[in-house]
Amino acid sequence: MNNQTTSTNAVSVRNVFKNYDDVEALHDLSLDFPKGELTSLLGPSGCGKTTLLKIIAGLLPATSGEVIVNGKTVTGPGPDRAFVFQDFALLPWASVLRNVAFGLELRGVPKSEREAIAEKYIADVGLSGFEQKVPHELSGGMRQRVGLARALSVNAEVLLMDEPFSAVDEQTRRKFQEDLLNLVKHENKTFLFVTHSIEEAVYVSDQIALLLPRPSRVSEIIRPSGFRHKPIDSIRRDSEYLDIVDKIWESLRTYVE
Amino acid sequence: MKLFGYQLPAMSSLLVWGLLWEIIGQLELTFFLPALSDVFITLSEIMTTKPFIKAVIDTGQAFTLGTFYAVTIGIPVGILMGKNRFIDELLLPWVNVFLSAPLTALVPVLMVLFGFGLKTIVITTTLFAIWIIILNTRAGVKQINPALVEMANSFGASPMAAFMKIYLWAALPEILSGVRIGFIRAVKGVIIGQLLISIVGFGALFELYSQQFLMSHFWAVLLVLFAMAFTISEFLGLLERKVSYYASKR
Repeated sequence: MNNQTTSTNAVSVRNVFKNYDDVEALHDLSLDFPKGELTSLLGPSGCGKTTLLKIIAGLLPATSGEVIVNGKTVTGPGPDRAFVFQDFALLPWASVLRNVAFGLELRGVPKSEREAIAEKYIADVGLSGFEQKVPHELSGGMRQRVGLARALSVNAEVLLMDEPFSAVDEQTRRKFQEDLLNLVKHENKTFLFVTHSIEEAVYVSDQIALLLPRPSRVSEIIRPSGFRHKPIDSIRRDSEYLDIVDKIWESLRTYVE
Repeated sequence: MKLFGYQLPAMSSLLVWGLLWEIIGQLELTFFLPALSDVFITLSEIMTTKPFIKAVIDTGQAFTLGTFYAVTIGIPVGILMGKNRFIDELLLPWVNVFLSAPLTALVPVLMVLFGFGLKTIVITTTLFAIWIIILNTRAGVKQINPALVEMANSFGASPMAAFMKIYLWAALPEILSGVRIGFIRAVKGVIIGQLLISIVGFGALFELYSQQFLMSHFWAVLLVLFAMAFTISEFLGLLERKVSYYASKR
């Protein structure tokens, strides 16, 4: 992953401001997200990382500034981006199959076609056999797999993930993190990943954008380079991994009460 | 209900009350209360008569139309109020006023405006049913998980698709309980309308029977109405329990 200079950016955020009434949530924020990589937005709570992600998704308007996705300025949600929600946002009355196909359903894909696509991604996330279950029959981890399959099935180039693993238990979370690394390697998509866990960010990211609050700005961009190509079970023992985790904590600790 | 450790079938308490009614009736304490068996005999006699069948058809027609309008107008209005602050503030005071207003007092005005026929009764029925349907739908929409709406938006849902695929379904348990209460109120509405006009449907029958002191006839018609209201309420209650199975897990 040392192609930093040659890779183009899938998403560019240019001088974005966001005010809620008289509170300044984002202040002159600019950030690039290289194509095919996973970039984490990391920061203490209230630093505006979810706000930034939702502006990129087109779910929230920026007060000023612009977001460019694949060369086009964002004016609203679009088929080039798919969102994975923190609390899953599944339809409680619909089966796993319909939930996974729901993004395609909203885009008017015919039923047999969208269900065939959904079946494939249900299998990919390891939920074969659960197609006809409804969400509350599944565990938290399985529900988020449904949310992930739904985002993957619309085949967007950019995946926006808003603290996707924060509502699942620690062991499931570790499995998710490993699966995510595989996904980044094989899916050739750009991932934007919001998290408040330092270890998680360092573990999964090609690039970490450290956000500091009040008002939010990017304080630092860190690119782990040494351990990304190593086997995933040795990452947590890598000295660079440990150094980066410590360094980020040093920057953040003064902002945590 | 349990008696001496035995589980009694549902509604067996009705048997006790029926028996009590029969005994009091047989004692002939008052002309006002004939024995239950007499009422049933009278019911079986009048059930096949032309005025009764006409009353059932007239009432059924007015009830069906009245509740149809209440549902098809009430649910969309409720959803709009739940979604849109402006519409909500514009309409909410009126909905609350009409919900608690003595609508019976409006019926004479409706008679002047719409005549002594079906139209007035349908409007009365709708007016009785619609407000609680609007309020419940509104409440249902207001408690929708905002992430679901956001999710639909993120996948590019049109306002119509969001309406049909998210709002309607997410608010369905509240909507159905509003519809159930609305339908019970509609039974009241249709009978009050008919009574005040007093030449249509069951209203006409009630007038006729009570003026001529035909008490077992009177009770027979009343029983039919109770049974109707009860059946409608139970059926909608069943539907409601079915969807709240999902609702509790939202």
